[in-house]
Amino acid sequence: MNGMFQNLLHNYEECVSVILFCIGFCMLLFDRNLLKKVLGLDIMDTGVFLLLADRGYIAGRMANIITDGITDASYYINPIPAGLVLTGIVVSVSVSAVMLSLTVRIYREYHTLDMDALYLMMSEKRKGGRV
Amino acid sequence: MSFVQNFPFFTIILCLLCAVSTFVAGDKWGRRLSVALLCVSVALNASVLWFCASNDMSYSYMMGHYPAPWGNEIMAGVMEPLMATLFSVVMLCSVLGGMGHIMADVQDHRKVYWINVDMTLVSLLALCYTNDIFTGYVFIEICTIGSCVLLSAKQNGRTLIASARYMIFALIGSGLFLIGVVLTYSVTGHLLFPQLHEAVAAVWADGRYTFSMTAAIGLMTAGIAIKSGLFPFHFWMPDTYGQATPASSGILSGVVSKGYIFLLIKIIYRAVGIEVFTESGIQAVLLVFGIGGMIVGSISAIRTKRLTTMVAYSSAAQIGYIYMGLGMGTDAALLAAILHIFAHSLTKPMLFLAGADLADASGGENEFHALRGAGHRDVMAGVLFTAGSLSMVGIPLFIGFIPKLHFASAAFALDWQQWPVLLGLAISTVLNVGYFLYTSMVLWLPEKEGVGYRGEKRCPCHYVPAVVLLIIAMAIGIYSAPLTRLIEQGLALFVKY
Repeated sequence: MNGMFQNLLHNYEECVSVILFCIGFCMLLFDRNLLKKVLGLDIMDTGVFLLLADRGYIAGRMANIITDGITDASYYINPIPAGLVLTGIVVSVSVSAVMLSLTVRIYREYHTLDMDALYLMMSEKRKGGRV
Repeated sequence: MSFVQNFPFFTIILCLLCAVSTFVAGDKWGRRLSVALLCVSVALNASVLWFCASNDMSYSYMMGHYPAPWGNEIMAGVMEPLMATLFSVVMLCSVLGGMGHIMADVQDHRKVYWINVDMTLVSLLALCYTNDIFTGYVFIEICTIGSCVLLSAKQNGRTLIASARYMIFALIGSGLFLIGVVLTYSVTGHLLFPQLHEAVAAVWADGRYTFSMTAAIGLMTAGIAIKSGLFPFHFWMPDTYGQATPASSGILSGVVSKGYIFLLIKIIYRAVGIEVFTESGIQAVLLVFGIGGMIVGSISAIRTKRLTTMVAYSSAAQIGYIYMGLGMGTDAALLAAILHIFAHSLTKPMLFLAGADLADASGGENEFHALRGAGHRDVMAGVLFTAGSLSMVGIPLFIGFIPKLHFASAAFALDWQQWPVLLGLAISTVLNVGYFLYTSMVLWLPEKEGVGYRGEKRCPCHYVPAVVLLIIAMAIGIYSAPLTRLIEQGLALFVKY
């Protein structure tokens, strides 16, 4: 038990990233508010990016920006996870933007962001006739 | 290097250029550009297919000036351009066949629709050609964005809610896929398929990271299963496919879900390796959910009272067939699964296009009671829908028969899976007959008295794209040997490095 706690403490970045992923995933899946779902998506992605960044981090080394003309690779951290995180952030921002624009359009149309209420309105309209 | 070998790169770059040009050019030129792009994509991908098939070769292609893993890499053999050609043809026919509805349904900012047709095409091509698992994730997300915009383009409140629901499920799937990719990278240190294949085999043989690798493979598989609508994650499908403009429904149902599945096939056979995938136990789970999807999707289709919802639930059943093929795990079953991808991709857009015309001929109503006699009001749409139904049921002479025959043949080589597969095939086929036969009968029943033609008369050229899909489907159904040989040749190159 003590060993497991020591492992968790030693790998605290991974633990935090997994906790963030789970929080975001649960918000995306279970929260009824559409805006909170978008926030959940961002938190989930942040958890993954933290894990990815942690994979590429090497203690005592610098970020992948050439400093003082040093081109020796052993001076810098692993560049691939850093590149992946940057790409992932761009993708995540794009997806969030699309999701937010959809949220705005839904709010303008129905004046609510509660998914349960939206489904209810949708099924009532279906019963009432063609929309 | 032959000039033809540059074509996969050219098609990807052309799509991006067209998307940007459409943003500047506007609706009219955007439409022309998108249609021209789809035609060019068919021609270029078919050329790559011809080149690779005649030389029996596959090759990797460096994108930019840096070799992988710093730069990016694509790979083309026979399977990749074959799937890319299929996707381009189906998208072209869906867009041309649904053009009238696009004009009617998408009133504002129509150029955004064309930009996203281009973006969806580029993402599908990239999913076909990529040789890198992270690039796969990036284009999965681009495909999600493109699909969501194509879906929500119809100016209708219900479409917006359907889009939000689709987006939520798609993002859950993407999130799981991404964490799976990160776990895989953490364990192996590689992202490219060939290096991953070797690293995964070594890690699995070592036995230290068996749990982590199983979790990573499971997460990636679950992510793609959610995005492609495998049972029990198929409940977003009816609203999504049923509410969108027919061209979007055809694209989403016919090609987008297949793009994801093709990436999964690449991951299973090229990155993870079929032996590791089988030993991880995930293959058996796919088999169970695949058979479940075949039956539950069909039962849901029987219970619905709307045509488009029925066609959408039928997609869930057909996706189940493909996953069942992946779950069976043999070469023969993989061949059957790919043949089923062809059958579904060619038939489903035809059903959506014909279904929309039949609804138009019934005063815009989608319910079965309103569609009674719709085949008499729009004979061509009725014939196309009936032909598509016969294909989906698996009647000989239609393409749908070929994969079912291959699934049944492949089942006899299995152990404990043999009876569940054969039973699932039999039950699902009977259920398919039930709902497609019922629908076809409703369409051709005598019209009620006093009901005349309620839609506008259409130009015969309106039906040409759906007829082209039907001709291809019937040609493969009547003489499937060349396609089967091509897929077998492709699969031999696909697994070999």
